[in-house]
Amino acid sequence: MSSDQELRVSKIQSGTVIDHISAGQALNVLAIIGIDGTGGEEVSVAMNMPSDRLGKKDIVKVEGRELSQNEMDVLSLIAPAATINIVRNYEVVGKHPVERPAVVTGVLECPNRHCITTKNEPVDSEFEVLDDGVRCAYCDTIIREEIAAHRKSDTFRHSGAARLFGQVLLKPFCPWVVRRGYGLRLDR
Amino acid sequence: MRQDHIISAKQLSREDIEEVLDRAGEIAADPSSFQGRHEGSLLGLLFFEPSTRTKMSFSAAMKRLGGDIVDMGTVESSSVKKGESLADTVRVVEGYADALVLRHPSEGSAKMASEFVAVPLINAGDGAGQHPTQTLLDLYTIRENAGFEDLTIGIMGDLKYGRTVHSLAHALTVFDARQHFISPESLQLPRSVRYDLHEAGADVREHTELDEVLPELDVLYVTRIQEERFPDESEYHEVAGEYQIDASTLSAANDDLTVMHPLPRVDEIDHDVDGTSAAKYFDQAHNGVPVRMALLDMVLGGDR
Ligand SMILES: [Zn+2]
Repeated sequence: MSSDQELRVSKIQSGTVIDHISAGQALNVLAIIGIDGTGGEEVSVAMNMPSDRLGKKDIVKVEGRELSQNEMDVLSLIAPAATINIVRNYEVVGKHPVERPAVVTGVLECPNRHCITTKNEPVDSEFEVLDDGVRCAYCDTIIREEIAAHRKSDTFRHSGAARLFGQVLLKPFCPWVVRRGYGLRLDR
Repeated sequence: MRQDHIISAKQLSREDIEEVLDRAGEIAADPSSFQGRHEGSLLGLLFFEPSTRTKMSFSAAMKRLGGDIVDMGTVESSSVKKGESLADTVRVVEGYADALVLRHPSEGSAKMASEFVAVPLINAGDGAGQHPTQTLLDLYTIRENAGFEDLTIGIMGDLKYGRTVHSLAHALTVFDARQHFISPESLQLPRSVRYDLHEAGADVREHTELDEVLPELDVLYVTRIQEERFPDESEYHEVAGEYQIDASTLSAANDDLTVMHPLPRVDEIDHDVDGTSAAKYFDQAHNGVPVRMALLDMVLGGDR
């Protein structure tokens, strides 16, 4: 990375750097890992950076956050060439490409409101990975577009206080705040 | 067949299906030989939405095998009313019975419930999802009347929301049937079903008019088009009328056509069809008992 680029995307102390994201997908990546800015994490996003491998790529850096295997699985669906760098104390301690799994568990929420996984039951969502989308293992519903918009909302925000603040305190004054809870709806 | 739970017809191979149908055939031919076979066994019935007939059919099947039933009763009188999860309900009642039958309004409920119990669980309908015992009795009826050899079937009506259709269409792919789907454009097969049929390499064609295919059919499977699927009443009447049949419709059909319907019907099959040799829908309903007996016999360990 040239020094010019380093100026734009600073190093992080501990957390995750997601590199080689398909250009234009950075905001969807953030949606998938449940970051919308309200959780207080330090996040840097670089979009359409030059890349030898991809031509252009996006980069996301998140301070103080490591990704779960389930999140990396879902990430692979929208950023198949992504590399996950785990950073501790300014050192990259782990670097691995995402792998497209056969099944993704948790993270996503089934869009079928009649699906048992959306009810108050002790069961994780589960999606079979298809060539061009994912399919609910319980009700067979297929998601092809906007996978990032189906991030489970109950894990979307990390802080209960932030949720309280967003939903209760801000809602009467800023009606648009309510929409955040449903995730980013971004066209690819 | 080694299946602990019967959740979806999709889980069943051609061999599995034929094994169930063969056993149902044995039962139908000589019901007395299966009497008392499961004496002392209890079947737990959990119907979270009313379906009197499916419930009666399972009860009859279990009692004809010599067993008995324990019935959760209506949702209004159960713990579910107090907000108990389905996962908890099935974990409690599996202690009361040797096998469970579940009907529930949420799709995927039977699959989830089966993950929490050790006794065999049979799906008797999960919302718009699966209803494998209906599929098996449909297949049994098709085999009895038309056979699977070189089968051409037309499936007509509400193909978008009709779960019996989705499940049957999928099961028919293992028998290499030629399938024609006849429906208004707004009620054509949903994406997930098309995907499955495509994956299975099915021979499938879609039509908006029955006339185009009726002469080719060995079986015509008619389903109800419900009024609530349409924005207004007049549109419903206009559209639904095109997918109703009567005795004169059938004059263009094969002499040995079999007409089926999952029942109850409203007016999609005129009563003047009932007396014709094509009408098999009441036989189809009756076949539910031997088919469910066969299935119960197998999940309760009737292989000797
Ligand atoms: Zn689902």
